Amino acid sequence: MLGDAFDLRTYTRQLGRSSTITVWIALLCLILFGLLRYDNFGSTYNIGSFLNYNSMFILISVGMCFVIMTGGIDLSVGSVAAFASVVAALLSPHGLWVALPGGILAGMAFGAVNAFIILVMRVPPFMATLATMLAAKGCALVLSGKQTVSVSWESNFTTLGMSSAFGILPWTILVTAIVVVAAWIVLEKTSLGRTVLAVGGSPDAAHLMGLKTGRAIAFVYLFSGACAGLAGVFLASGYGAGQPLEGVGWELAAIASVVVGGTLLTGGLGSIPATVAGALLFGLVFNILNFENGRGTISLSAYWQSVIRGGLLLLVILLQARVQSLGVRSKTS
Amino acid sequence: MSRERSSAERGVLLQNPLSGISLRRHGGLIALALLLLFNIVFTRNFLHMQTLFVNVSQVATIAIVAVGMTLVIATRGVDLSVGAVMALAGALAPLIFMSSFGRANPGLGVALAIIVPLLVAAACGLFNGVLVAFLNVQPIIATLILFISGRGIALVLTNGNLQTFSNPIFSFLGTGRILGLPFQGWLALAIALFFAWLVARTLYGRYLLAVGGNETAAGLAGVPVRTVKIATYVISASLAGLAGLIVVAINSASDAARIGNLMELDAIAAAVVGGAVLSGGRAPILGAIFGAVFIQLVRYTLLANGFSDEVALIIKAAIIVFAVYLQQASRE
Amino acid sequence: MTTPLLRMTGISKAFNGVPALARAELAVDRGEVHAIVGQNGAGKSTLIKILTGVYQRDEGEIAFDGAPSTIASPREAQERGVSTIYQELNLVPLRSVTENVVLGYEPRTRWGTIDWRGAHRRTGEILSRFGVDIDVKAPLATYPTAIQQLVAIARAVSLNAKLVIMDEPTSSLDEREVEVLFGVIRELKNSGTSILYVSHFLDELFEICDRVTIMRDGRTVGVANIAETTKLDLIAAMLGRSAAEIQTAGMTELAATGDRSGELLLEAEGVATNRRLRNLSLKVRRGEIVGLAGLLGSGRTEAARAIFGCDKPTAGRVAMKGTAIDCPRTAISRGIGYLTEDRKAEGIVPELSVRENMTLALLPQLSRMGLVDKAREREIVERFIRSLGIKAAHMDQKVSELSGGNQQKVLLGRWLAIQPALLILDEPTRGVDVGAKLEIQAIIRRYVDEGCGVILISSEFQELIEGADEIVVLQEGESVRTVSNPGVTEDMLVHAIAQPKAKEVDA
Repeated sequence: MLGDAFDLRTYTRQLGRSSTITVWIALLCLILFGLLRYDNFGSTYNIGSFLNYNSMFILISVGMCFVIMTGGIDLSVGSVAAFASVVAALLSPHGLWVALPGGILAGMAFGAVNAFIILVMRVPPFMATLATMLAAKGCALVLSGKQTVSVSWESNFTTLGMSSAFGILPWTILVTAIVVVAAWIVLEKTSLGRTVLAVGGSPDAAHLMGLKTGRAIAFVYLFSGACAGLAGVFLASGYGAGQPLEGVGWELAAIASVVVGGTLLTGGLGSIPATVAGALLFGLVFNILNFENGRGTISLSAYWQSVIRGGLLLLVILLQARVQSLGVRSKTS
Repeated sequence: MSRERSSAERGVLLQNPLSGISLRRHGGLIALALLLLFNIVFTRNFLHMQTLFVNVSQVATIAIVAVGMTLVIATRGVDLSVGAVMALAGALAPLIFMSSFGRANPGLGVALAIIVPLLVAAACGLFNGVLVAFLNVQPIIATLILFISGRGIALVLTNGNLQTFSNPIFSFLGTGRILGLPFQGWLALAIALFFAWLVARTLYGRYLLAVGGNETAAGLAGVPVRTVKIATYVISASLAGLAGLIVVAINSASDAARIGNLMELDAIAAAVVGGAVLSGGRAPILGAIFGAVFIQLVRYTLLANGFSDEVALIIKAAIIVFAVYLQQASRE
Repeated sequence: MTTPLLRMTGISKAFNGVPALARAELAVDRGEVHAIVGQNGAGKSTLIKILTGVYQRDEGEIAFDGAPSTIASPREAQERGVSTIYQELNLVPLRSVTENVVLGYEPRTRWGTIDWRGAHRRTGEILSRFGVDIDVKAPLATYPTAIQQLVAIARAVSLNAKLVIMDEPTSSLDEREVEVLFGVIRELKNSGTSILYVSHFLDELFEICDRVTIMRDGRTVGVANIAETTKLDLIAAMLGRSAAEIQTAGMTELAATGDRSGELLLEAEGVATNRRLRNLSLKVRRGEIVGLAGLLGSGRTEAARAIFGCDKPTAGRVAMKGTAIDCPRTAISRGIGYLTEDRKAEGIVPELSVRENMTLALLPQLSRMGLVDKAREREIVERFIRSLGIKAAHMDQKVSELSGGNQQKVLLGRWLAIQPALLILDEPTRGVDVGAKLEIQAIIRRYVDEGCGVILISSEFQELIEGADEIVVLQEGESVRTVSNPGVTEDMLVHAIAQPKAKEVDA
């Protein structure tokens, strides 16, 4: 029995601390590598455009992180983001203060549909969100008439995606940072956040402890939908158009970021900062490949990006599988 | 909970031992019949050979992949990598028969262009299977790796180029006709019948259902649980590889970025509509074919009657949710 | 006389018409440690789950803290002051100690966020009252089970529980840890909290409890002051030795015929596994039934798993006719069958038919080149359905649609079909009706007479006494003594099981 405790001790240490530390170290190494190797890597332009582009992925990864912490999954985020980008673009003539909430609400609407299908119809999250993924894609195409929807350049809508707060910090980055911090506070400092973790860790225990599990599950899907919606608004505002065909594979990129960030897929353990680091890590790999190609030393095509992503994911999974098997063993004995 | 179920069902079954099952089966068939009837009455040119030809050639690849997916789902798993494996196999084939060796030995070239991609696909399945069976990685994550990088490898191999070719022997896979119907339709049918037979009559089939139905009990009864799981992922990936070859043959072109795109979704949808349950233990192979045909027919009906592709998408989503909901409700 | 804190009267509950509780009673005084004892299936846990709102009662009254109780959910129970520490600890192992104590009732700061500092402090304070000084910020899973148990109790205390229910709290603790737990229980008692204590370790009750309620077959059959009773009294009452069913002549169909010079089949020597099996030695010969007796948690099922090769031995060895057993597949190929205790989790494959379930272990012999010989399969299944008297509409009926007794016969058939040399039967007649029980016993006897060896695990002493040629008694994962038939009486067996581990070799 003491043996079990020791196994679990290494297990939680590794997962709770060192695997999140690993992702930070990896991130730092890549940044250092980039800074030393490429002249413009540390330029305001590169950092700005890098963060601007990746803010969308950070958002959906944070939303996904919450869902995965409950032991669920949200496959719909990519097409929901595309749908929200179309909604926001259509609303853009009315200005940012209509289009922004409009896009977020569009995302939350699909989050609500997910929560309803999962909680009330008792359809497993995987199938439920798979279906809403198709439905959101369909809705985006119907609403846009299969065209990219140009945003209004007269209104202030594109301010969000194309200009900077106080002249230096792009608005998207600022907004993303606020969402990340808010999410982090909710997770770490509120009863709701703790319930999310408890539901994922041990659903039965959470119920017997008298926690409001249904509310926590509804929350994570709504939140994930809202994050996807906001990402969609960024997409429309930053690239000047609502793009119904965007978002393919985003859900998997988000899942990969969450997993690399050390969040247990079975739920119950997760970290918002490490998820952000995971998303940045994947973004950086791409960024560095770009620079490498720019230098012409090697000509790694952009296609390597996904191969490398898969490899990274495999690495993390192997690590997780090893420590998880320790956990499982001590649970059964 | 299951105790309640069994006794509740017992009540029904005293009157008619098959009533529960047959009713559900008939429900799907009735829906299909109504759909056909609707088309015969309202859809113009529905009863033309051309309609049949188009539908069969479109449904064949989904059906083939759905057969493998059904087997994987029967083990309580899911295989997200099928689309990527299709792309990989589809990218490899033209590379092989268009290589200098392939041009020099056309017959051998085409043979290798079929065999090698299938072996590579099988290796992908082996990779998935080992992760699932030995490392206890959740299937959705294990297969996510190849989902992400499989297509990347295909793109790297082809450098992202569209490979066009004209190779009548190879193209027979996708454009050949037998008795006026597409070759791949017959192939899909043969595969479905073979695997339905495999599930019903062989050791593997029985083990598959036992592993999915109750893994612990199966292990205690001497079932080689890991081997069964690995074999299942290998089968699924191989069938996906075959489907990739067919897609390339249909188009006489190979675009690694597009082959098998979203195929995992269609295959899962077909399997689930056909009666596969995510909690495992059932492998309705012919059901998967039915599911694929049903979804294709719904889509065709909508398109032929002036609805757009995206509306069809939304309807497909509703069908999936409804099918799983019905399954769930009937279990509770 | 004050009114008791809790009074449950006339509680009945049935699941699908099968009664689990029939007018059960329970009363717990304030500041009392009250035990509930009973065999498996006596209704202890159902009664507790009704009290805590997990199940709803069919009839009966519950009065708690002076008012009628209408607890409908675990949360309501907690808020009324009833906290439960379940056997499978219902905590979240990946979260910190503090979280597990305060989850759902976190102290707040001015801004409505969780006051972690306050929460950590309060948790630390409660635990130090128990004499435990640990880092409360560390994940719960990093601590041994004993500490986790105390954390669960700390949660109850922090919720100001008036009644703390402990379901088998000591089942995974060592002696020193049990002492710590008892210290905490006494501390709770002194501060006026009542404790409802469920345990199958009877010795503990005498050490810690004030009164005991004895349950059998869903009924309350006695309440006693612990000081005025003895362990033998308790065991007798739990087993209900006066019950008519057991009193009838030829009580079981297992009665032995007594030839035991058969060839040695299985030998286990000094076997230990990671699953609480510490030292198992036994021998089984052809045509012999070897019983495994012991209280719950004594390692009977673990012994069976070790013999069948499910758990790798960390010490000792298991050999079947001289060859080692390392996994279930080898065990089966050597002619061992293992009828598991948990029919649902480890036995039936619910989606498969009677036929498919029955031939699962036989399949390799039924198939050639991977192809199942269906004709032979049907013939074999047909034969077993007839000879075992399985009541199914037809052999292709789903096994989950059969009654418990018939499911059990199907599983028995699964193992008989491989023509076993040795059968391990873990509670083969539990949860089946009396008729099926006698039939199953008769079947077992028939096979034994034909030369099959059997290892029989049973909580029913009568089954062991009449059936087994030898009974190996287990205590805490160790085979401590062997009693041999003929001549074993129930009193002898009860003594052998209840006596503390002694140095003597044979009873």
